[in-house]
Amino acid sequence: MMISVHELSKGYGDIQALEGLSFEVQGGELFGVLGPDGAGKSTLFRILLSLLLPGSGTVRVGGLDPVRDLHALRKKVGYMPGKFALYEDLSVEENLQFFASVFGTTPAANYELIKEVYQQIEPFKKRPAGKLSGGMKQKLALSCALIHRPELLVLDEPTTGVDAVSRSEFWALLKKLKAHGITILVATPYMDEAALCDRVALMQKGRLLTVASPGEVVRDFEGLFYGVSGGHPYGLIQACRAFEPVVSVFPFGEELHVRFNRDDEAAEHLVDHLKSSGFSGAVVRPIAPNIEDCFMALMATENDLKG
Amino acid sequence: MRMLLFLLQKEFLQVLRNKLFLRLLLVLPVVQLLVLVHAATMDMKNLQIVVCDLDHSPLSRRLTATLDASPFFDLLDPPPTVDEGKGALETGAADLLLVVPANFERSMQRGQVQALQLMADAINAQQAQLGYVYLQKTTAQLLSDARFETSGRAWNPAVEVTSSFWYNPELNYKYFMFPGILVILVSVVGMFLTAMNLVREKEMGTIEQMNVSPVPKPVFIAAKLLPFWFIGLMELALGLLIGRLVYGVPMVGSPLLVFGLAAVYLVALLALGLLLSSFSTSQQQVTFVSYFFLLVFILMSGIFTSAENMPEWGQRLNVINPIFYFMDIMRSILLKGAGLADLWRQAASLAALAVGLMILAVRTYRKTV
Repeated sequence: MMISVHELSKGYGDIQALEGLSFEVQGGELFGVLGPDGAGKSTLFRILLSLLLPGSGTVRVGGLDPVRDLHALRKKVGYMPGKFALYEDLSVEENLQFFASVFGTTPAANYELIKEVYQQIEPFKKRPAGKLSGGMKQKLALSCALIHRPELLVLDEPTTGVDAVSRSEFWALLKKLKAHGITILVATPYMDEAALCDRVALMQKGRLLTVASPGEVVRDFEGLFYGVSGGHPYGLIQACRAFEPVVSVFPFGEELHVRFNRDDEAAEHLVDHLKSSGFSGAVVRPIAPNIEDCFMALMATENDLKG
Repeated sequence: MRMLLFLLQKEFLQVLRNKLFLRLLLVLPVVQLLVLVHAATMDMKNLQIVVCDLDHSPLSRRLTATLDASPFFDLLDPPPTVDEGKGALETGAADLLLVVPANFERSMQRGQVQALQLMADAINAQQAQLGYVYLQKTTAQLLSDARFETSGRAWNPAVEVTSSFWYNPELNYKYFMFPGILVILVSVVGMFLTAMNLVREKEMGTIEQMNVSPVPKPVFIAAKLLPFWFIGLMELALGLLIGRLVYGVPMVGSPLLVFGLAAVYLVALLALGLLLSSFSTSQQQVTFVSYFFLLVFILMSGIFTSAENMPEWGQRLNVINPIFYFMDIMRSILLKGAGLADLWRQAASLAALAVGLMILAVRTYRKTV
């Protein structure tokens, strides 16, 4: 067990940032934490990293208490903040050397772990870190976070503001690191990245909505989503919303994604409803939901419950 | 200890890499000491004086000639009327106006009391005061000479006060200002650099990276202070060298004591910088706040005028003013050759401030970061 959190709550004054979180992360897992901005992802991470005191509940990281055993814990954890946070006036090489020495090691000792990442920026090792491109900065930050061979790697929104190609490259790198046995905890606001994790936790307004593998999340919603097309999107959305059994409608690419409750009959009636509303060319087809659909559905449900 | 060395290595690497910064560290003290010591001088020279001579006698002409010959006064063209002389005073063309009344010489010869009228532009009170004193002395001397020549008897006023000035016998204002400017220099460099450096780590987000590392906070703080402590002492050495070579400042006391007390002083000052940076999130903020503290501390330190002239409450405030103590220490050691025995009160106060501010700074830093 790498991380175990039980009934964790944290408030800042009147604001409840985290409310009764409980989850576990296995060793060697690639665990994603998803949620919109302000969901409490960073607060959770800061508590796990011993940068913030937990309000109530218990937290164990690598079997250690982040409050009492913080020094032992810090040697086991590598952290890459969302914002680039290395010394811009030091060269690539000097940054790596510095962070290695701070953790009591040398770049050579763990070179084989960072090789994959570092090789790509090694040609620029004399260049000041501030003069690197966005993608290269990210790779340097990852190298520095890994230089002491941490058991747990914590990444706070590593791909925010990064182009699509660099993002997929970055996730490929994470998969390779996982092969070294490193547990990876990654926060992201991008739903599509959730599908790349072993398991994901969905957070909203300081609460945990679900913790499951991407497959399980999708499975829960199988047979509930239909794709609707054939008509002016805006009119079509209005028409779908007017149909009683429809729970939610939102546009997705060329189609509308429409969700029902567990009622297969209703979907068949939707076509008739649309045709009678003047959309003679309307097509309704069952679709396999993607993870984004499921999260939108989960968050919508949570909102309904909260009223 | 090894950790501290790694951190120090990094700090010095960053300082040395910043070329602008390095140039400033070398140029700043030289410019400050070469220019400001002169700028802040209060030696009276070249006071613009207008003499309105209504007497036109040999004696009044002699008085005018004496004033013209004095290095303190610049004689302007005489105005035809007293009113025009006043006009020159009002426009600022003249600093002083001397009116020699008609029948001045004759009255003097008859032994009658005769008054000279002196008007001074007192916007700069100190200048007016000094000008007045110079002029009084000059005329008194002249009249005494003139009387002696005519009567053969020395005219002596009842008592004449003569002063001798100790420790700076020539009243060389540069000797007085130089230690003051040097203190400012060391203080500005030390405090600003410390405060900005730590806040820069906050701005760049690197402090987050350091906080998740196993570096203990006290070690991190020590690594932040030591480079600027060292730079401050280097600036002091450079400044003293300039003082010796350019101004020939006496430097009577022990240089070792100067550096020893400067070392204590810098700890207090850098701790203050650190404390301020704990409350700030950007370099602008910390610059502004440090500027405020430095300005108040410097002006209250007695750099231009004796701190004892301040009202009681002001002097009480100075108890927490490290610059006040250090200003006194520097002048006493350099000009008077004071030893630790003479300065133990100031030294102890500085040490107490250093310890207190340091504890406060480390505590605040721990809480806020």
